[in-house]
Amino acid sequence: MLYREAGQFKTTYAEDMAIFPISQDRIALAVLLGIAFIGVPLLATFHIWPFGSDYLLWAILLPFLILALAAIGTNILVGYCGQISLGSGAFMAIGAYSAYKLATGVHIPLAWLGFAVSIPPLPVLASILLGGLIAAGVGILFGIPSLRIKGLYLAVATLAAQFFFDWAFLRIPWFTNYAPSGSVNAPALDFFGLIVQSPIERYLLCLLLLTLMALLAKNLVRSNLGRQWMAIRDMDIAAELIGIRPLYAKLTAFAVSSFIVGVAGALWAFVYLGSWEPLAFSIDRSLQLLFMVIIGGLGSIMGSFVGAAFILIVPIMLNLIPTELGVPLSTETITHFEFIIFGSLICYLLIKEPHGFARLISIGKEKLRLWPFPY
Amino acid sequence: MPSIARNALILAAVMSGAVVSAPASAQNEQFIPILSYRTGPYAVNGAPYANGVIDYYNLINERDGGINDVKILIEECETGYATDKGVECYERLKSKGPTGAAFINPLSTGITFALTEKTAADKIPIITMGYGRADSKNGAVFPYNFPMLGTYWSAADIAIQHVAKELGGFDKLKGKKISLLYHDSPYGKEPIPMLQVLAQKYGFEFTPIPVTHPGVEQKSQWLAIRQNRPDYVLVWGWGVMNSTAVKEAAAVAYPREKMIGVWWSGAEPDVTPAGDQAIGYKSLMLQHGAGRFPVHADIEKYVYAKGKGSTEPGKVGEVLYNRGIVNAMLGVEGIRKAQEKFGQKPLTGEQVRWGLENLNLSEARIKELGFEGMLKPIRISCSDHEGTRDGRVQQWDGKSWKIISDWYTADEALIDPLVREVSMKYAADKKIQPRECSKES
Repeated sequence: MLYREAGQFKTTYAEDMAIFPISQDRIALAVLLGIAFIGVPLLATFHIWPFGSDYLLWAILLPFLILALAAIGTNILVGYCGQISLGSGAFMAIGAYSAYKLATGVHIPLAWLGFAVSIPPLPVLASILLGGLIAAGVGILFGIPSLRIKGLYLAVATLAAQFFFDWAFLRIPWFTNYAPSGSVNAPALDFFGLIVQSPIERYLLCLLLLTLMALLAKNLVRSNLGRQWMAIRDMDIAAELIGIRPLYAKLTAFAVSSFIVGVAGALWAFVYLGSWEPLAFSIDRSLQLLFMVIIGGLGSIMGSFVGAAFILIVPIMLNLIPTELGVPLSTETITHFEFIIFGSLICYLLIKEPHGFARLISIGKEKLRLWPFPY
Repeated sequence: MPSIARNALILAAVMSGAVVSAPASAQNEQFIPILSYRTGPYAVNGAPYANGVIDYYNLINERDGGINDVKILIEECETGYATDKGVECYERLKSKGPTGAAFINPLSTGITFALTEKTAADKIPIITMGYGRADSKNGAVFPYNFPMLGTYWSAADIAIQHVAKELGGFDKLKGKKISLLYHDSPYGKEPIPMLQVLAQKYGFEFTPIPVTHPGVEQKSQWLAIRQNRPDYVLVWGWGVMNSTAVKEAAAVAYPREKMIGVWWSGAEPDVTPAGDQAIGYKSLMLQHGAGRFPVHADIEKYVYAKGKGSTEPGKVGEVLYNRGIVNAMLGVEGIRKAQEKFGQKPLTGEQVRWGLENLNLSEARIKELGFEGMLKPIRISCSDHEGTRDGRVQQWDGKSWKIISDWYTADEALIDPLVREVSMKYAADKKIQPRECSKES
């Protein structure tokens, strides 16, 4: 009754092309953005429940925002272009370490040529974006095999990227500025004189970048390019026959995906961790991102958010509930229960709805439109 | 479609867990968080340690009624030795209790690196007894880090001292080959700079050999050792990596007598899985070893007799259990010291930091606490957050650990320049103005 587009007429092409054609959706999004951009900072500033401590911001919202961004990047490649990738963690690492090198100054001694290449330390924002661009470049490089190999075989090729970069950042001391422990520290987050330090500032920074990137991604997948990706995903030979160049379509998908994942990696390192080692971007991270995309819904920007929330937050909740309710269980038992329940939940969800949360949401919308007289 | 409604209901039920608020706590309590790991590949070593920590806090509550009548309140959080889980646990627990966390003790060098900046901003001390970053010995740059009893640089020096003694003098080290089999993480990499300094000084050939987390796959590393035949192999492992190393050494017939583990590679779970193959394996001791001391009698009497023990009574007195109680004792004594200055009430992390920095345990006090024979006197100061750098070497005889050496003291003249260099670089990177230790009271 409330959720119905009857009577909403579109009189311009722009209205017809809107991301959210139904005005109720637009209102819902505006409310959501209002809560995220204004509500949360207000509550956090005055320490109103549930923001009494920094826990919710630091340990839940901040990682959620960054991993949602990484999930969007992964979804472009896996969900929209159909190229299964197990290397998302590696592209996050490339973003993180490139940004780190750029922000601390690059020095490449070319002794045999008699000179050295030196780049002075760049501002943090430029480093993060350039880190994303470098990840995009490497993504294109590792995307080239996708022109010849497909499906699970490609997944194995991207796995090679994962292991190669795990190895490189662990073993080549140049990447870590010769830190003795192999653990590096992010520089101060100086944005043109504004130092981002408190959890709420970090949250707003990530939120802003996430909103911009999500908007960019949403518009890209609705564009000519996005349609090319989807055509390749659905049937690459047919796509080629109707004039889509696989080289261009696949490599752009790798580039855009790696850029977003690289920026997410740089944020994960600089804004969330502050100090990190290559283990932060291990194969576990790649699998985590892939699960987010599968659970959230392949080929859905919205699904990336829900998938990220599910994979990140549900285990923490399962772990917190027994303690908060005062159930006398040892941490060991709680952790084992967490694994059992979370695993069963994933199985249950995928049996009930193989297309993930995105499909659930769209079914829900359909139902709402017909409510209260469904047929 | 009713199934969708059911799905949504289940999900809603799960999500609503988020809004359950924390139970209120009594006022005269000092909250101490415990980051532990009882699951995953490091659980065999994490669990006995955590049991020791918990039993000691219970002992203080049951025997003394708390620290000067301020009860200790604890909460455990499972990290699985994973850095991101550790950070989440820290955020979860740091502001609980009437005054927030007294100190934090992550038992993971990786988590220590991740928390160093956060704890300094939140003003919560981070005690890393026998682990953590070696450069944080310099309290002027790292006011909130306390790598008490020994850093990995001290451990490296002690290990080389013992090798020299077995060979018959430091001059005999020249031309010898010493390999380091290490866990490829900040933990395992920490001793490398110190070993490089030592290799240069004494003229031995040093080869670092990394083992990927979690360390169950070491075939190629031991093949390399078999080819290279080093005179000694130092083992910097943790969890399943330790017992695997001992087994693999036996498989390539590398003498276990020539292996020296760090003090995290020298507990019962590291050798018992290898059975007789482990006989002869040596390791450093973080001062104490296995065995029972007067404090254990108290733990049996006040904790286990009341059924509040956290492990089987037979495991009380194992190496890592003892390390747990030593670690808990140092924290408790730090709080006690801080209470002398700030009053007998729950204290904030910042106040506890002062207590830890001025901690001074004499031989008499250690005896009073029931730790005689386990520890030497400890004195922490602003410029020395390590306090003492003594160690011994023990050897596994198939049934128990036997102490086979006298006390060694790590050479400060060698370690301090490196500490200064690395910590000052950190200070410059982070734009930290080091404190002037002469002005601290």
